[in-house]
Amino acid sequence: MPKLEGIKRVLVIGSGPIVIGQAAEFDYAGTQACRSLKEEGMEVILVNSNPATIMTDKEIADKVYIEPLTVEVLQHIIELEQPDSLLPNMGGQAGLNLGMELAESGFLDSHGVKLLGTTAETIRNAEGRLEFKDLMERIGEPCAPSELVENIPDGVAFADQIGYPVVLRPAYTLGGSGGGIAHDQKELEAILSNGLRLSRVGQVLVERCIAGWKEIEYEVMRDSNGNCITVCNMENLDPVGVHTGDSIVVAPSQTLSDKEYQMLRSSALKIISELGVTGGCNVQFALHPTSFEYCVIEVNPRVSRSSALASKATGYPIAKVAAKIALGYTLDEIPNAVTGKTYASFEPTLDYVVVKIPRLPFDKFITAKRTLTTQMKATGEVMSICTNFEGGLMKALRSLEQHVDSLDTGDYKDFTREDVIEQLAVVDDRRIFVIAEALRRGVSYGQIHDITQIDPWFIDKLAILVEMEKRLKSSKDLDEQLLKEAKRLEFPDKVIAEWTGRKEEEVKQLRYEYGITAAFKMVDTCAAEFASETPYYYSCFDGVNEVEKTSGRKKIMVLGSGPIRIGQGIEFDYCSVHSVWALSREGYETIIVNNNPETVSTDFDIADKLYFEPLTPEDVENIVRLEQPDGAVVQFGGQTAIKLTESLIRMGVPILGTSGEDVDAAEDRERFDEILEQCCIPRPKGMTVFTTEEALEAANSLQYPVLIRPSYVLGGQGMQIAISDDDIIQFMSVINRYHQDHPILIDKYLMGKEVEVDAVCDGEDILIPGIMEHVERAGIHSGDSISVYPAQSITEKIQNVLVDYTRKLARSLHVIGLINIQFIVYQDEVYVIEVNPRSSRTVPYISKVTGIPIVDLASRVILGAKIRNLGYEPGLAPKAGYLAIKMPVFSFEKLRGAEITLGPEMKSTGECLGIAKSFNEALYKAFLGAGVNLPKHKKMIISVKDSDKLESVEVARRFKKLGYEIFATRNTARVLNEHGVLAIPVNRINEEAPTLLDLLLEHQIDLVIDTPTHGDKVKDGFRIRRIAIETGVNVLTSLDTANALLTSLENSDINHLSIVDIAMISKSSSLKQQ
Amino acid sequence: MKAFLILEDGTIFEGQSVGAAKEVISEIVFNTSMTGYLEVLTDPSYAGQAVTMTYPLIGNYGVCYQDMESAKGWPDGFIVREISRMPSNFRSEASLENFLEKNEIAGICGIDTRALTKLLREKGTMNGMITTREDYRLDEILPRLKEYRVTGVVERVSRDSIEHFEPGDLGSEKKPAQYKVAVIDVGTKNNIIRCLLQRGCKVDVYPSNFQAEEVIASRPDGIMVTNGPGDPSECVSIIDQIRLLADSGIPVFAICLGHQLMALAHGAKTYKMKYGHRGANHPVKDLHSGRVYISSQNHGYVVDGDSLDAGAARPWFVNVNDGTVEGLEYIGKPVKTVQFHPEANAGPKDSEILFEEFIAMMGGNRECQN
Repeated sequence: MPKLEGIKRVLVIGSGPIVIGQAAEFDYAGTQACRSLKEEGMEVILVNSNPATIMTDKEIADKVYIEPLTVEVLQHIIELEQPDSLLPNMGGQAGLNLGMELAESGFLDSHGVKLLGTTAETIRNAEGRLEFKDLMERIGEPCAPSELVENIPDGVAFADQIGYPVVLRPAYTLGGSGGGIAHDQKELEAILSNGLRLSRVGQVLVERCIAGWKEIEYEVMRDSNGNCITVCNMENLDPVGVHTGDSIVVAPSQTLSDKEYQMLRSSALKIISELGVTGGCNVQFALHPTSFEYCVIEVNPRVSRSSALASKATGYPIAKVAAKIALGYTLDEIPNAVTGKTYASFEPTLDYVVVKIPRLPFDKFITAKRTLTTQMKATGEVMSICTNFEGGLMKALRSLEQHVDSLDTGDYKDFTREDVIEQLAVVDDRRIFVIAEALRRGVSYGQIHDITQIDPWFIDKLAILVEMEKRLKSSKDLDEQLLKEAKRLEFPDKVIAEWTGRKEEEVKQLRYEYGITAAFKMVDTCAAEFASETPYYYSCFDGVNEVEKTSGRKKIMVLGSGPIRIGQGIEFDYCSVHSVWALSREGYETIIVNNNPETVSTDFDIADKLYFEPLTPEDVENIVRLEQPDGAVVQFGGQTAIKLTESLIRMGVPILGTSGEDVDAAEDRERFDEILEQCCIPRPKGMTVFTTEEALEAANSLQYPVLIRPSYVLGGQGMQIAISDDDIIQFMSVINRYHQDHPILIDKYLMGKEVEVDAVCDGEDILIPGIMEHVERAGIHSGDSISVYPAQSITEKIQNVLVDYTRKLARSLHVIGLINIQFIVYQDEVYVIEVNPRSSRTVPYISKVTGIPIVDLASRVILGAKIRNLGYEPGLAPKAGYLAIKMPVFSFEKLRGAEITLGPEMKSTGECLGIAKSFNEALYKAFLGAGVNLPKHKKMIISVKDSDKLESVEVARRFKKLGYEIFATRNTARVLNEHGVLAIPVNRINEEAPTLLDLLLEHQIDLVIDTPTHGDKVKDGFRIRRIAIETGVNVLTSLDTANALLTSLENSDINHLSIVDIAMISKSSSLKQQ
Repeated sequence: MKAFLILEDGTIFEGQSVGAAKEVISEIVFNTSMTGYLEVLTDPSYAGQAVTMTYPLIGNYGVCYQDMESAKGWPDGFIVREISRMPSNFRSEASLENFLEKNEIAGICGIDTRALTKLLREKGTMNGMITTREDYRLDEILPRLKEYRVTGVVERVSRDSIEHFEPGDLGSEKKPAQYKVAVIDVGTKNNIIRCLLQRGCKVDVYPSNFQAEEVIASRPDGIMVTNGPGDPSECVSIIDQIRLLADSGIPVFAICLGHQLMALAHGAKTYKMKYGHRGANHPVKDLHSGRVYISSQNHGYVVDGDSLDAGAARPWFVNVNDGTVEGLEYIGKPVKTVQFHPEANAGPKDSEILFEEFIAMMGGNRECQN
């Protein structure tokens, strides 16, 4: 029983929709915390607006509210559920802020709710800029000194006091313009005078420059008895200046001697002790590279992305232990789940190296600035474990799935040596490749270090990889010694083959001849000091295998979905985890392979065995050789897993569920067309092409507009709507940047209503939990559309057609398991636009709102069960009693220069749910959950393309009715005024002031509706949208979304939102079904 | 050059030779610290042993001579997975390889140190040989390995004569000395002395063949018995002298070997652990406060808790993992001892506060006498 008296009902707050900087790591932490609380007999009430999470499952919490994360909603839930305590530190910054607001307003006290884990005062001291600075000063821990100045003499005086160089940051300017680094007084005066002029408030922050220092993090834990431990420390390869979320990170630190290591460790422990943190805490340091001087950069008194990484890097379950500490346990009372023999009050010690590389979204946002700064841009990350750093880096690189398997990308072949050296100064995601090229050109470590500030130790490691690359490229015969060393450094067979002029299969055979095979080692928190049972493994090529092949039960391998990226997010982890659970309940041994440290699937107690490995054919084959699984499941891990189908079949591993052949049939245009023809199902006309010439011919014969995209991609990657030959030429050049193994598809574009269906098929019968309808017309990626369940505007006749088509397609494709189909309803006719014989983004959402656990059902169907025997009636399930709206959430403000216009290529990073009895309330909640709450100025800008002008009149009229003052670009204003809607014309940016830009910068605008004209990147539109986003103004680029928002606003007088316990839906649904 | 590690059970690991290419027979032990390889190499407690580091990348930050815990490297051998060719740290003065050569330590790298550690964990500490001879003959070597015993190491690592230190020495802060401490060097690390200097003690360090009478006659405020190598029960004459110190009424603080010798002096027994505690992550619990400290440890022998005379001493600290005795308080005497290393180096400084406690003991004692 818990040490604290009177804790029985705990409210846990999640982190909401996935955005850049707040991703799946909080689902991992939250899920672990909830399970840990339930272990202690607690009743858990969970609130999170994100339906794609595992934590919002009824298996994880007793009461589940997928509701907007606002103070009002939480107050309502607290009144209703009467929890006795609240755990706020599992839901990232979002959760913590809410917990704080509830505590500070006195609401928690007045309702008898205790804040668990960490006190409000602790949070204030850690998060408040001033409070934190004061506290650090009091305990003698250094922060980078800074001061706001309003004139040059003050700036000079302060700089003299703290020493040059200093960073200057003008307050309230757009994207930090006018700032800079001053190395002496002269530079300071120049930059400062400019900055003071540019700053709207005439203030500039002068700060000690710590850019280029080593960035080191410590993950620490403390209990209520004052016991402190360090879980892990980590060193960033990228020095201070790049957000740690965008840095390549290695654990443990590599270039710190014991003196520095202990100095920072002691500091971290002192800080959490002073703050009085009980639970987990992250402390970030900047360490001067040539002295013992250091600064505390930041303290996060909660679980974080770094704590997820530290947990996976060490095997120490931080969130689980933090939850136990919150209940009053002390570290020496909590058993170490890994060894089972020791306790949580010890420090993990590693006997391997962990490398994390961020997954950046620049493949989706081609126009975005790739520069890495202190603003995080990564959507996800990969981690790898190896016995050496070089190998760890190589494994992590290929885990990214970005067509890069070594440091040789070939991108810098045409650069001169000078170009390469110049490129070294650019801090972006390609920096390590540039360093490798510089090393190839013989640039010295010293020069590289001077430019990049990266520690020579890391540069040397890159050099070792480059040396091996040279040896391989020049080797005549691949002798045993060379091959062994190359494999120790984790060069993939594919790369070795390419460089030595062999086939990949030949290299593999040669390896087997020499006896060079992967060995697997265990992650055990204690460097083998104690015997452990943890089924958590990684591979290396320089050791003895210690993992035994298990036998007995039938064994199934589930392939995970890799790093979170736009288009393949947390929902696939949800599916993988549920599949593992379902298979395990059916009595199978489960193995999961994945490389994403942020996820639930890579928690070592999800599957019977966890292999933390890259998801490439070679890496998977190493595991298959050892484990010899009886089958593999690929349909839950997104495109990452699907891509492995062919290789798995070649390895002799049966694919469970829909066969590889049939997966192919859905992607292969010609075979798919055949199937459609057999089933008499229409699709928009289309053709397959390889070359630009063929593409032009196809587009012209289909007639513009057409959709153009590569096959076998996710999230509509590379998909575009082309309206002219110019577009085709441009898009083809982008698509063909990478070698395409498969043809490019060109389809006639139909602007109809988009409808989406997920279904389970057992080979004969199908079960459709529900039909979802998109608010936006076709042409906007389904992941970026507002999705409504149950579909509102389709007739019964259409509904029957949809069910019929789904059944026909599922049967013709011999689907066993899940299938996702996207339809267009155009002029009362149903067209199929896409079929994915696998799980989809909407699976968690539809499972939760209908209460039908479709991953579980699909997994059992895969094992041979029939839908009828699982207690479900085939066909379309009866509608649930609620309306549920899935709202996409974007992270545009984090990505400077990214085009925000919605189109066929997906751009959203996450989603939230609005669920209610009525459509209007559900929609209102969905917008509220997505954070679209319009401020109070009631002023907006409308600028629409010509074809939208007439339609925009009604939109404008409705906003007007809500009391909005409308500004519009000249042509739009003219049309609006002509139709009797008063709009104030405003000058375009390049015209005379005041312009649209001034309006935005005055921070008086709530909303911009800007439907883009094609290719207006160079025009005003793009700039307006960017500036709006960067100044925190909501922007809509589709009139359909605008209409939906209006509906929501018109109903915003809903003064008391109803709340829905999701866990109840599934209970009632299973009752209904039985 | 190829090198081999041959264990007494016949297991052979092949690697490359680093440092001194000589043949050694030694007791093979493992250390789980991720940093602090130089502190480990210069800790006299490793005399007679060869150490393998479980962390795979060793030598990353080179050698900073001021971090040495004694004048030279002590282990017979050093076994690592990978030795860094690029020492990188602003204080680095030499490469680790260079250090091993200069200190004539037989090194071997390219070994699966995890496999070795698992073996030592399962079978217990074993003797082994590091050799570069490819034509070794097991039948000839194995009997020699089995015979090897770590003996006479305390005498080897201790000083020849008394040495005097003042605050300001060994890089400590210069300040007026408040107390005088006699340190009995049975294999001391520099940081024990430094921790005392730092707290305003002047220190006389006595060799291991000290006479208690002489120490007591010098009227120190306190006595520190240090860490050191080998089997404590072998140190019969030192134990006799230590018993005299314990009975002198002068506050005594003892660490590691010192702690074991003190227990032996009070009739307790010690035994050799299966594979010992060597690392920087061992949790020890203060039985007074319930607080747990993460400690640095290096010991192969331990005081047998059951052999303690309850009237002589009571447990002060226990190991959270395995429940072994980690500290003792002697009844009716100002004597406290710990098995772990409050002086850290390498390892966490969480328990360095015990030195304050020793200072307080000395202060209290002085007040009593005044």
